[in-house]
Amino acid sequence: MRIHEFQAKRLLAGCGVPVPRGQAVATAAEARAAAEDLGGPVVVKSQVHAGGRGRAGGVLRASSPAEAAAAAARLLGRPLITEQTGPAGRMVRRVLVEEAVAAARELYVGLALSREAEAVVLLVSPRGGVDIETVARGEPELVTRQAISPLEGLLPSQASRAARALGLEGPEAEEAAGIITALARVMEATDASLVELNPLILTAAGRLVAVDAKLDLDDNGLARHPEVQALRDPEEELPEELEAARAGLSFVRLDGDVGCMVNGAGLAMASADLIALAGGRPANFLDIGGGVSEEATAKAFAILAADPGVRSVLVNIFGGIVRCDLVARGIVRAAREGGAGLPVVIRMEGTNVELGREIMADSGLPFFTAGDMETAAREAVRLAREGGGDR
Amino acid sequence: MSILVDGSTRVVVQGLTGREGTFHAGQMIEYGTTVAAGVTPGKGGTTHLGRPVFDTVAEAVRAEAVDASIIFVPALAAAAAILEAAAAGLRLVVCVTEGIPVLDMVRVKARLGGTATRLIGPNTPGVISPGLAKLGIMPGRIHRPGPVGVISRSGTLTYEAVNQLTVAGLGQSTAVGIGGDPVVGLGFIDLLEMFAGDPATEAVVLIGEIGGPAEERAAALLRGGYPKPVIAYVAGLTAPQGRRMGHAGAIVSGGHGGARQKIDRLEEAGARIVRNPARIGRTAAEALGA
Repeated sequence: MRIHEFQAKRLLAGCGVPVPRGQAVATAAEARAAAEDLGGPVVVKSQVHAGGRGRAGGVLRASSPAEAAAAAARLLGRPLITEQTGPAGRMVRRVLVEEAVAAARELYVGLALSREAEAVVLLVSPRGGVDIETVARGEPELVTRQAISPLEGLLPSQASRAARALGLEGPEAEEAAGIITALARVMEATDASLVELNPLILTAAGRLVAVDAKLDLDDNGLARHPEVQALRDPEEELPEELEAARAGLSFVRLDGDVGCMVNGAGLAMASADLIALAGGRPANFLDIGGGVSEEATAKAFAILAADPGVRSVLVNIFGGIVRCDLVARGIVRAAREGGAGLPVVIRMEGTNVELGREIMADSGLPFFTAGDMETAAREAVRLAREGGGDR
Repeated sequence: MSILVDGSTRVVVQGLTGREGTFHAGQMIEYGTTVAAGVTPGKGGTTHLGRPVFDTVAEAVRAEAVDASIIFVPALAAAAAILEAAAAGLRLVVCVTEGIPVLDMVRVKARLGGTATRLIGPNTPGVISPGLAKLGIMPGRIHRPGPVGVISRSGTLTYEAVNQLTVAGLGQSTAVGIGGDPVVGLGFIDLLEMFAGDPATEAVVLIGEIGGPAEERAAALLRGGYPKPVIAYVAGLTAPQGRRMGHAGAIVSGGHGGARQKIDRLEEAGARIVRNPARIGRTAAEALGA
């Protein structure tokens, strides 16, 4: 789960990480009031779940409350298009009004779960405020990484070494080590997969301030952190992806025209590969999971049928725990309710497959059935190309 | 012969009395697996499915000489269940549970480092040596005893591959799902090494998918020379780039993870690549000259 910058900063500030004073607001009038409270120049930052906001014009400076109100009015209620949002952009519903802090130096500090190290890795660089991947590629000597022992946690010596690698000395180095230690604690305490300060700035007066902060959370850990779970912003999720998640389905929208409904992520990816081999393009990735019910199957089919870009549907089920008869009942129900005219190709194998096929055949609906998944994919691609039946 | 499990494996089911534990343990027993005991804290002294239930794994080891466990406990209790099984000295733990927080698994993996316990999973369909023993949730009837070892990161795609092998007339020595989570116990390399040493295994089918370094590592092992044919399919060639874990996440993944790179590495290392996932069985049959 991703959270907004203002939420991440609030969480980090509670653990002792210095952040600028600021307030998240939803209207221009509130932005003016916030800027008045803060006094002095402010920064008005769009709050959306995407990076690259600054380069996309989503972060504006304001030297007075009136300018802050004008900046908020320009940002709010419009989609912000960054290199990470796709062409539709993301609607800005809130801005963070924050005191402007002048940087003498911009640093990078991040902690991320590494699949390769099977550990959390601490990354620091004296070159912050820019894309850290670019730094790592171009000037790898400027990125220092240290794996954190899962059993011992972050060692004080690791935090000090990181502070030195940031080019800090004396009390500034001590403060940086303290910030890094706090980040490691936050990661542990929230089941985060990533926590990143970019930039962490050093002011002319020698203060360290996290001007931008990012915190990504492991969905599997949310159940034991209700206070973190409460930070979910459903408006940042695609409506159909949210609907799918509520039904226990995993859905990702793609840009093709063959809708897919498969049980299991691996088989779903294999089905998409088959569609591509047959010359077509999948419209989505939809994994109905292991313990699916008739209800959830009907919901899955309805989500596919509601997408106007879908010209045909490929159903590929290998029943292990999933029973083919339940899936068949769900599809028949959903097709009767709202799938009119959408050609459906079904390939089923495994538990209760005969019963499933019987249910499909007895429905009187014009389903196409295929004995193996290659034939099924070819057929679905052909039907999509022919224009999706009556659509 | 087989790897990991065979007819002599004595199994304790952690979470036997729960809904999933009950259903799948029943299926395992029906398949012929020696399920000797169950563990559910607080239900020690009772019986379930005709098996004695204990409060702890250690008691099950003492009373029933179990040597392997399969875990069906809720996600937030699973890490402790794995560590309990390891502390009781079990040689094999299969964790079916999905949704375990990854930082839990990072700690579990580090603690298993100093023990003799081998972990399969989590988020795995399990391991089956057809005709001998099934520790998992896979449909037993699609399997046949035979010469092909199967290693996979997927669930239903593994069933698909096994079914294709069976239809092509090729049985399996052992089929193992290593689990779909970012941090899992045994990986491709461990299992490739075990299959290399198993006289009953004549070829290995390896099913990979996008994300993580597992396939690249397997390729590095194969490049050093492998005594048996390896047939590989990597799912996700057409999948869009996954949601990135932000910049730091992308960096620590070191550029690994794309299907194209995985396929190229495996092919360079001498694996027979299957590009069409409907032809896994046929390709294995060709490799074995069957």
